[in-house]
Amino acid sequence: MAETKVSAAEREPEAQPAPPEERGKRSLRELFRSAEVDTRLLGMLAALAIIWILFQIITPNHTFLTPRNMWNLSVQTAVVAIMATGMVLIIVTRNIDLSVGAVMAAVGMAMAIVQHDWLPEWIGLDHPLTWVITVAVGLVLGAAIGAFQGTIVAYVGVPSFIVTLGGFLVWRGVAWWMASGQTIAPMDTLFRKLGGGSTGTVGGTWSWILGIAACAGIVMLQFSKRRQRNRYGFRQRPMWAEVTIAVIGCGAVLLLVGFLNRYYLPPALAAQAGKAGQNISLGLAYPVLIAIGVGIVMTFIATRRRFGRSVYAIGGNPEAAELAGIKTRRTIVRTFTLMGLLVGLAAAVQIARLNAAVSSLGTGMELNVIAAAVIGGTSFAGGVGTIVGALLGALIMQSLVSGMVLLGIEAPLQDIVVGIVLVLAVTLDTIFRRRAAR
Amino acid sequence: MTDRSGRPLAELRDIRVAFGGVHAVQDVTVDLYPGEVVGLVGGNGAGKTTLIRTLSGAHPADSGQILIDGEPVTISHPRDAKALGVETIYQNLALADNIDAPGNVFLGRELTTRFGNLDDSAMEDATRKLMGRLNPKFQNFVVPVASLSGGQRQSVAIARAVHFNARILIMDEPTAALGPAETRQVGDLIKQLREEGLGIFLISHDIHDVYDLSDRISVMLQGKLVGTVNKTDVTTDEVLAMIILGKLPGEVTQKDLAELH
Repeated sequence: MAETKVSAAEREPEAQPAPPEERGKRSLRELFRSAEVDTRLLGMLAALAIIWILFQIITPNHTFLTPRNMWNLSVQTAVVAIMATGMVLIIVTRNIDLSVGAVMAAVGMAMAIVQHDWLPEWIGLDHPLTWVITVAVGLVLGAAIGAFQGTIVAYVGVPSFIVTLGGFLVWRGVAWWMASGQTIAPMDTLFRKLGGGSTGTVGGTWSWILGIAACAGIVMLQFSKRRQRNRYGFRQRPMWAEVTIAVIGCGAVLLLVGFLNRYYLPPALAAQAGKAGQNISLGLAYPVLIAIGVGIVMTFIATRRRFGRSVYAIGGNPEAAELAGIKTRRTIVRTFTLMGLLVGLAAAVQIARLNAAVSSLGTGMELNVIAAAVIGGTSFAGGVGTIVGALLGALIMQSLVSGMVLLGIEAPLQDIVVGIVLVLAVTLDTIFRRRAAR
Repeated sequence: MTDRSGRPLAELRDIRVAFGGVHAVQDVTVDLYPGEVVGLVGGNGAGKTTLIRTLSGAHPADSGQILIDGEPVTISHPRDAKALGVETIYQNLALADNIDAPGNVFLGRELTTRFGNLDDSAMEDATRKLMGRLNPKFQNFVVPVASLSGGQRQSVAIARAVHFNARILIMDEPTAALGPAETRQVGDLIKQLREEGLGIFLISHDIHDVYDLSDRISVMLQGKLVGTVNKTDVTTDEVLAMIILGKLPGEVTQKDLAELH
């Protein structure tokens, strides 16, 4: 079809924001819209800030917002966060994966056996490649289990709830059976770094370098987006918005790095390292870096790749996706495979953290993962959900637990609070969305 | 008047589709020439949509043959149809409501950069150009199509169908959800596309929707083809008699026609 020329006027589409004097309270949303800020994300950040400040005020000795507690919080969040990113894509396609906790146990057990029983015999104890081989085994096994379950869902047509409920029972049993219920410990020395702990961190200097690199990344992304829009003569995000976003984004990153870097190696360990009396920053923990890396890669997959677009299309309208020529069944299998891969990665982090594998590994974890995705704005109706939302959801949940532990609240009451927050978060989201639709 | 001396663009021969024991379409044969609009009309459940879904790849025929440019083809998936230049605008529009207009226009056929990443700017640019032609008032390129009006959603569905150099266009009740102005706009577009040499199947349950636009009219009743007539040879009442009574213009009496009103 011949393309018709479009005049410049027709290309100048979105209404410019009203001049400042015309802006009332009502147009705050307009303001955010012209700045292209995701208001839901902003809402979640606000909720997180409120939770943090509240706990800081009510915890004894105000220990919540300390480098030590925040550092621990970051490590505790990582495992659920890694898996929640995969769960978003599963739920977006109107499916569910109830088996992630059990798969974690089975894969974790397998990884423990590989590095504890098999590899020492083949390549020797504490071989530098032990952790690489172990992680590779975990990723492959996780992906294979995911692909298997996904195939039953997509090609046979068994509801994912049923398939993964079966998986929930099967893989837990398999995990027990692999070592007859015994605990396998300890883990390989290098492998253990994946779990964080005092040795599993990049140190203060590297944390700063990574923080600065992240800032550079934020600004570069903004520039590349502007350049691309410029090429087609599209509207640009107003300059004030660009600068504000860059400043807030970079500021937050550097502030967090600086804050976490003030968590120092305990004096006894510092003395062991021959640096008695010095403040040695632990820096960012490997599991946290893994979770951030996973978040970036998954966001890229979800928003910049055809696979991601297909996932959201299937969630929005499965029939339309099929009619548009999307290979819907293959896409579903891929979401489950990706989920399995991430479970494998999370299992590696988890057994490294515990320095052991037990068949009860990850018990109840599936619910935390699903809750994180849902608190992060993923809708069970399908088609809606973001990776960064799920990461924030995981952080919000872990913040609640961490704060309540500091307050000495008992576990059953913690569950009650988290449960209420889950329902409340979705309720608020539903109400706001209904209002926005009007 | 369309030139029908050459080879038909598309032919559906003896198409048969059954759901369980119900014969939705029985031995129906229709054809379509370049630069022609064929109105496919019939009451609810007459089998129009089912028939045409075999051409768009949404549902396979149980038996029968589909020919494109005189060559027998196998269409078992919408992808096959699109590869042959058959584009379909479904009655429910088949849009992914959570995705924006450019995303829907290019759904399943996204433009990518050389690294295989989605090229959202290029897709938006192409969609803007397309809309400049189809519906210049359309300006909502960055919001999910769920928030668009019926007419705007229709524009998105049409844009998707015409962007990929379709040769055969299937429009299922294209104006059912539209107001008068938008209906006229779709009508103008159909005429324009016909001028460009496309063959168009126009499906409707209401003869008045398609009478003016059609060159020929094929009427279905209870899964069977009543007949295909040149529009210039018949009145709307005579087509109505075909739709309701299943009688061809020669067979119909004045009494029949009187009873229709």
